[in-house]
Amino acid sequence: MTPNTPSPLTLPARAPLLSRGGWAAFLVALILVCAVAPVLNMAVPEGSAFHLSDYMVGLIGKIMCYAICALAMDLIWGYTGILSLGHGLFFALGGYMMGMYLMRQIGRDGSYKSDLPDFMVFLDWKELPWHWALSGSFVATLVLIVAVPALLAFVFGWFAFRSRIKGVYFSIITQALTVAAMLLFFRNETGFGGNNGFTDFKRILGIPIATQEMRMTLFVLTGATLLGFFLLARWLVGSKYGRVLQAIRDAESRVMFSGYNPLPYKLSIWIISAVMCGVAGALYVPQVGIINPGEMSPANSIEIAIWAAVGGRATLVGPIIGAFLVNGAKSWLTVAAPEYWLFFLGGLFIVVTLFLPNGVVGLVRQLRRGKPVTAPAAAAAERSLESEAGEDVPPSVGAQATTLPGQGARA
Amino acid sequence: MTPDLMEQGAQRLSEHSARAARGKTESGGRAASYGRVAEAGVDLTHGRILYLEDVNVSFDGFKAINGLNLDIAPGELRCIIGPNGAGKTTMMDIITGKTRPDSGTVYFGSTIDLLRHNEPQIAQLGIGRKFQKPTVFEQLTVFENLELALKTDKRVKPSMFFTLDSAQKDRLAQVLRTIHLADHVNRLAGLLSHGQKQWLEIGMLLMQDPKLLLLDEPVAGMTDEETARTAELFLSLKGQHSLMVVEHDMHFIRAIAGEQGTVTVLADGSVLAEGTIDQVQADERVIEVYLGR
Repeated sequence: MTPNTPSPLTLPARAPLLSRGGWAAFLVALILVCAVAPVLNMAVPEGSAFHLSDYMVGLIGKIMCYAICALAMDLIWGYTGILSLGHGLFFALGGYMMGMYLMRQIGRDGSYKSDLPDFMVFLDWKELPWHWALSGSFVATLVLIVAVPALLAFVFGWFAFRSRIKGVYFSIITQALTVAAMLLFFRNETGFGGNNGFTDFKRILGIPIATQEMRMTLFVLTGATLLGFFLLARWLVGSKYGRVLQAIRDAESRVMFSGYNPLPYKLSIWIISAVMCGVAGALYVPQVGIINPGEMSPANSIEIAIWAAVGGRATLVGPIIGAFLVNGAKSWLTVAAPEYWLFFLGGLFIVVTLFLPNGVVGLVRQLRRGKPVTAPAAAAAERSLESEAGEDVPPSVGAQATTLPGQGARA
Repeated sequence: MTPDLMEQGAQRLSEHSARAARGKTESGGRAASYGRVAEAGVDLTHGRILYLEDVNVSFDGFKAINGLNLDIAPGELRCIIGPNGAGKTTMMDIITGKTRPDSGTVYFGSTIDLLRHNEPQIAQLGIGRKFQKPTVFEQLTVFENLELALKTDKRVKPSMFFTLDSAQKDRLAQVLRTIHLADHVNRLAGLLSHGQKQWLEIGMLLMQDPKLLLLDEPVAGMTDEETARTAELFLSLKGQHSLMVVEHDMHFIRAIAGEQGTVTVLADGSVLAEGTIDQVQADERVIEVYLGR
């Protein structure tokens, strides 16, 4: 080593989970969800200006489920650089698991007064198919909500990541996966109610589902889950694990030559992300009262990516804000000018990718600092756009690391 | 058992221990014989840390590596020169597991067959590599870049719960000073100058504590002063680590190889010449294909 005068060198300590201001904001959010909203909805009389209508409770509850998906998308796309266009599938699977339980809870109160769900009676089935075996138990349902998306993510991810499928190819395959699942679930024979899916839920844990109390309970539960997942994501991202994920995004070959095997890293965050979406779906279904294969349509999965992009990738808070902004705009626009919603959504995606590479959060940070986007941030945004466009080699490695026939050899 | 036989037995035993006491010979002596227990890690008893024999690779009929034989001694600083397309980078790709050769043998020490391992495994065995174009994690700080490279358990769960202990912090601080980036600890790596990125990447290699360093054009784009400091650093590493340096800068080569160091010239995927820098520079064939008249 070169002789140097050993001056005292302060190495940065591990950053806290949240800053002081962050914890304050977190606490405010927690109080808003768990105390203020229930009081405004249930205690404040309907005529009052402060009353929170049941419609708003339902809408915000729904958007909070979406926000969980956006958060999950941020972990896999924003931090690890893997764009999934099939996250709607995990969301729907979680929803279907919950839906099966809710169908069984209807009991004999369906139109056919049978023990079997109505659609099975309609199809003239005599007994429950095998995959409905565990649907009677709430505990088993909770396990399945986590296990089913996790298992599918594991099997799919293992093969995809082991084959080093990256960039746009991975996105297309995830998209194909959700379309395939949608077609499968559309079929009556699959045993998930075909294109009608599940609806007409009556009870959850024996308690009537369509009451103000139950709606509020689900709302609070969803909010608490969102905040809990946010903390989990913060912790993951703040650990060395999170920095390895970002390193994989920026220069995967360097990660490998540093002695890390990227496969378990990608696979683990992929599964965590899928499970988050599954839980979101399970919370979503009892609140909106329906689940059908439409939830698996490609457009739904793409929307999740848009929420994350609008809010700001690799920021965690951003995608949550993005989910609220876009879905708020959606519920307003689909009433005010329904025919223009999809144009608006498409336009939004173009504007964000062109002018707001770091999303709303990036814009706010930039304005607060009062200077243009920092060079690496812009470069990273550019790079991730390039990689979406099919460039599956990190440009920072460049032609050097590419062993293209003839080319890499002539270094 | 007769007293005679006992006498002979005792004699053989003393002869054996006398032979053993004479110690290792140049080739590894008795320590390198067949009937010994190989130690864990890199086995250097045969005096070679890296050994390539008759390696061949072709891409679509183009023979990038053509019957390459090369070996490096522990602690040696080996310089590799050669024209573009000579196969220098492909050779590094083969050693680090990025490219699989069509045929040939690649050994790390006497016992580790590198062709049986993938990139992360080879990195963990103790081979570090610096790319031609500096490759650092641009969105992470200098500190985080070095922390990621640190030699430690690199599986998922240990990474989640990882914290630096004081010995690791000392090591990190030491490397930061060595690569002259102590004032840029919290700077994003993407904001560093080209030369600083090169140094950071070298620092990341040092954090890995590799036994063998492969350095692909480490001083490309560096100022003269930075180049001089890099040469100084490499010379200080020589001895404890083995280094393989690919460079085009003949002044730099002369600075690190000295009068006695071995310089290998690659051309068309195989070794064209090998010797001290003066021998190589005087070689007609080398002048023909690489140095020019």
